Amino acid sequence: MGMLISLRDWIDARFPMTKMWEEHLSKYYAPKNFNFWYYFGSLALLVLVIQIISGIFLTMNFKPDAEHAFASVEYIMRDVEWGWLIRYIHSTGASAFFIVVYLHMFRGLLYGSYKGPRELIWIFGMLIYLALMAEAFFGYLLPWGQMSYWGAQVIISLFGAIPVIGDDLALWIRGDFVISDATLNRFFAMHVIAVPLVLLILVVVHILALHEVGSNNPDGVEIKKNKNENGIPKDGIPFHPYYTVKDIVGVVVFLMFFSIVVFFVPEGGGYFMEPPNFEPADPLKTPAHIAPVWYFTPYYAILRAVTIDLGPLSAKFLGVILMGAAVVILFFLPWLDRSPVKSIRYRGPVYKFMLGAFVVAFVVLGWLGTQAPTEGKTMLAQLFTAVYFAFFLLMPIYTKLDRTKPVPDRVTG
Amino acid sequence: MSGDGVDTSKRRFLIAATTVIGGVGAVYTAVPFLASWMPSERAKAAGAPVEADISKLEPGQMIRVQWRGKPVWVVRRTDEMLGDLPGLRDRLRDPDSVDPQQPGYAQNLARSIKPEILVLVGICTHLGCSPAFEPEPVPQPYDEKWKGGFFCPCHGSKFDLAGRVYKGVPAPLNLEVPPHNYISESLILIGEDTTGVV
Repeated sequence: MGMLISLRDWIDARFPMTKMWEEHLSKYYAPKNFNFWYYFGSLALLVLVIQIISGIFLTMNFKPDAEHAFASVEYIMRDVEWGWLIRYIHSTGASAFFIVVYLHMFRGLLYGSYKGPRELIWIFGMLIYLALMAEAFFGYLLPWGQMSYWGAQVIISLFGAIPVIGDDLALWIRGDFVISDATLNRFFAMHVIAVPLVLLILVVVHILALHEVGSNNPDGVEIKKNKNENGIPKDGIPFHPYYTVKDIVGVVVFLMFFSIVVFFVPEGGGYFMEPPNFEPADPLKTPAHIAPVWYFTPYYAILRAVTIDLGPLSAKFLGVILMGAAVVILFFLPWLDRSPVKSIRYRGPVYKFMLGAFVVAFVVLGWLGTQAPTEGKTMLAQLFTAVYFAFFLLMPIYTKLDRTKPVPDRVTG
Repeated sequence: MSGDGVDTSKRRFLIAATTVIGGVGAVYTAVPFLASWMPSERAKAAGAPVEADISKLEPGQMIRVQWRGKPVWVVRRTDEMLGDLPGLRDRLRDPDSVDPQQPGYAQNLARSIKPEILVLVGICTHLGCSPAFEPEPVPQPYDEKWKGGFFCPCHGSKFDLAGRVYKGVPAPLNLEVPPHNYISESLILIGEDTTGVV
């Protein structure tokens, strides 16, 4: 024991080990009233680790070559010892990442976690979300199946809709006149090194910003306003051991669901892995029905909802703009929300109604994005696109007018 | 040395000048990396014209050939198909092929050199999917009054049997007619306006 203590002191004199442990875990005081919704931050971190480890092992057998990519994935599935498991963990992890992150973001909407002084935490989080979308998009081309190929074709063509520079930009991204070996090879580089590095840095920055300001909580009360004589928030408890232990429960339950998917329904009913992707890419034939993976479908539905030209702007360009705006508008949430309270517990009926409408719109758009386009469904997509944007654009008005309840000084447990 | 002797404005100028020069250098350094993403010389060289044999193509049928990695369709249209083309005017965005989506010799009602033979790049002008060939004039879920044509499953764009785009769909332009010419009665060269050396 004495030797361990002197080893610790030896390190602490050379590296801030104990200092960092205390700052971020044993003496990081988090509000004591965290509930179910607060599991998803640590779960997102867990999924990131799962994806990095399973991904590293996949690169050991995958070949980023248009001639061999599809076959190398089949090789992993059939011939590599436990290869099927590693791949299913990685493919399930992709969907799990988005499930966890969407719930984590919804928590922010519920309790106003993006509001001052936590605007930067929200913005770093949004950047993580963008990086995650890029990571998912690059990764989806790698198996070189029909959906990989045509999905990438559609998304890269989105850039072609930008006036003047669009066609050259799309050419630059593909590195060829069509999606080809060059595209696959560079997407591999982006997927396995460039984007993961950015992602890791952003996660560190996100957590550093969080620990600087302190966590929000379901009451939206600033616990740092009520400190005891030692300067410790009265409603705070040390993250370790209290929340590390709580999060372990979350991890166990999460891994139960995760394992069920990996072992029994790895294709997720065609939503996690789409059936056309079990056919090798064919540049001459688009699958009869093409849809992105479920986590992109709400934006895809918004893209398809635009069918009218506005003067010189084509419906195609406007669709791309609207789809981009649907993501970008989230960045402005801290400034769109003018409510004096943070948490939904003390907000009025209007915000509750609008948040409910937004969730319905997001889910319905997500479903529409998986469906083949018909006139009725296009109209439905237009309606819910309007609801989606109304939530944000009308927010400065309705959050100001809405009734609020008095916020207590201390958390309510 | 005392602090009084420090010329802060000179120091600020030197810091700014170093930053600007360094920044310019960084931008120039980025050029080769960004340019390395452009199509390679090998990719640029791979765009040779291809031949399509239409001797076995029956009326109403379509064949696909690959040119520059893209699908190119060759359809032999029936007289009924050609007869339906003028009646669609009001439902099309660009019925007279004003937008430069075809060589001059294909800027006509049938958008082709020989009326019955249609040659198109099979890539939707919306987001690059390859539309499906739906030649039968029967009601479809996406169109009650369907006269036959091409339907893009990705985003629901519709084109008639001359590759002209319908109104009210996301695709902005007619399908592209590639440069092509007839080497013989039954052989089309896709990718060149005239055969060989003129």
